[in-house]
Amino acid sequence: MAERAPHPGWRRAALHHGLPVGVVLALLLLLWYAAAWALNAPGAIERVLDADAGYTWQELLSTTMSMERPLMPAPHQVLLDTLESLTEWPLDSPRNLLFHVAVTAQSTLLGFVMGTALGLVLSVLIVHSRTLDRALMPWIVASQTVPVLAIAPIVLVILGSLGFSGVAPKAVIAMYLCFFPVTVAMVQGLRSPQRMETEMMHTYAASRWQALWLLRLPAALPYLFPALRVGVAAGLVGAMVAELPTGAQAGLGARLLTGSYYGQTVQIWSALVLSALLGLLLTASVAAVERLVLRKRSGA
Amino acid sequence: MTLTPVTPPLHAPQPPLAVQVRKASVVFAAGDAPVHALSEVDLDVADGEFVSLIGPSGCGKTTLLRVIADLEKTSSGEVSVNGVSPHQARLARAYGYVFQAPALFPWRTVLANVTLPLQIQGTPRAQAQRIALEHLQRVGLAGFERKYPWQLSGGMQQRVSIARALSFEPRILMMDEPFGALDEITRDRLNEQLQQLWQRERRTVVFVTHSIAEAVYLSTKIVVMSPRPGRIVKVIQSPLPDERHLGLRDSQAFVDVAHAVREALADGHHG
Repeated sequence: MAERAPHPGWRRAALHHGLPVGVVLALLLLLWYAAAWALNAPGAIERVLDADAGYTWQELLSTTMSMERPLMPAPHQVLLDTLESLTEWPLDSPRNLLFHVAVTAQSTLLGFVMGTALGLVLSVLIVHSRTLDRALMPWIVASQTVPVLAIAPIVLVILGSLGFSGVAPKAVIAMYLCFFPVTVAMVQGLRSPQRMETEMMHTYAASRWQALWLLRLPAALPYLFPALRVGVAAGLVGAMVAELPTGAQAGLGARLLTGSYYGQTVQIWSALVLSALLGLLLTASVAAVERLVLRKRSGA
Repeated sequence: MTLTPVTPPLHAPQPPLAVQVRKASVVFAAGDAPVHALSEVDLDVADGEFVSLIGPSGCGKTTLLRVIADLEKTSSGEVSVNGVSPHQARLARAYGYVFQAPALFPWRTVLANVTLPLQIQGTPRAQAQRIALEHLQRVGLAGFERKYPWQLSGGMQQRVSIARALSFEPRILMMDEPFGALDEITRDRLNEQLQQLWQRERRTVVFVTHSIAEAVYLSTKIVVMSPRPGRIVKVIQSPLPDERHLGLRDSQAFVDVAHAVREALADGHHG
């Protein structure tokens, strides 16, 4: 009975969740191949195949799947390009995509930490002061109506002139997108305790600080984590957008830009796939912390 | 072991009043007509008394309790708790308050919920835990300290909240319909336990209820209230012995007191 899985329930759960995801993934890959063929065929006929000599459909198919600069690279091309960059080059080489992932992740995480801190401070201030609530909240909402793409160059130029370069300006733009969901969710979360619970703290003659630390903050945690998941994903967008106007030499955003400059579509797609994976990794990490922190609560 | 009420010697000094209310009124501004939640209420609660406030909804019994607990301000009149204002009494942690719902924090264990008031008062952690364990034992919940609130039944949760209210040994315990949300069987058992608790420790209890049986079974003094405006219609000093068991509820004395309460409620309703 050595082959038997020690946790049949676990295996069933994996199948239960994995199967639908797997089916959708297979369908997406199929669609991707179909799209690659349809989009690349005109170019392939025009540039690669000799129309006068004639060609078989097999030749057409294999050409569309292996062009140097296809309009739409096939999945295996992207995969091979990614693997090659990861295995053929040292980690500190700009040819290695992990180098760019690290650069982007660094500014994302720094911006995420700064944005979360800013969001926490703002929400505490807003919850404790009616004046600040009325003064700050409209500006906080308005800040998000300005497109980040319009703000990013300004921030980069100003911070650059002040002597900040590298990670800091990019982190600031990531923070700009991060702090908003955290602020909004925490204002709601800090106000979530029932009247009975706040009155109870009142009967114990608890100070405002104690009420915040012992009641409001723990009560707000279930509101905070979904906001953090949104925030870290938004921070990644901010960091990548910030890498565009600098003409930055490093980062996934820069990689996308250089790819489009030189028509290296495979490179664009590889950067895209890795940024998606980075986003997935970041949100999954937040979700893991969430499960750890909230595991003892009811319904968890 | 005294089964008959003890009458103090005539020359004994009067014990200090735990609660004194004089001509207290509470008026809520509501739309066009102000609501008189309490109108010129007088109430004395001596140290060690178990006083129930009973009446239909809207009679101001909860408002009166909240005024004594400094959760509501009076519009006029005087209120003192242990000889000082409710505000000062609250800051001095003179009373423990049990709400209608247990209001336990779901992120804290049963033990950590009971240590909450002690933590706020700055009691060292180890000492607070020792005290909390002792109080959990007193409400019959030894062995449940590591559980989380959602793992407990409603009755057990309310017992935790009583242990929490008593953790810092306040002389006064205020309870606002603490068993109102529980089924009758659980409620009877908790009434019995509360009675025994009072028996052992003789804390002053101010208890809000709309159950006649509960009020008569628990109280040494029953304050009957009536709505519109909220006021006290009668104060009944219970002739029942201090030491009680659930069987007492079938006795003639018990039935007589319950009858008196019911009549006072009816008078208030018509009056």
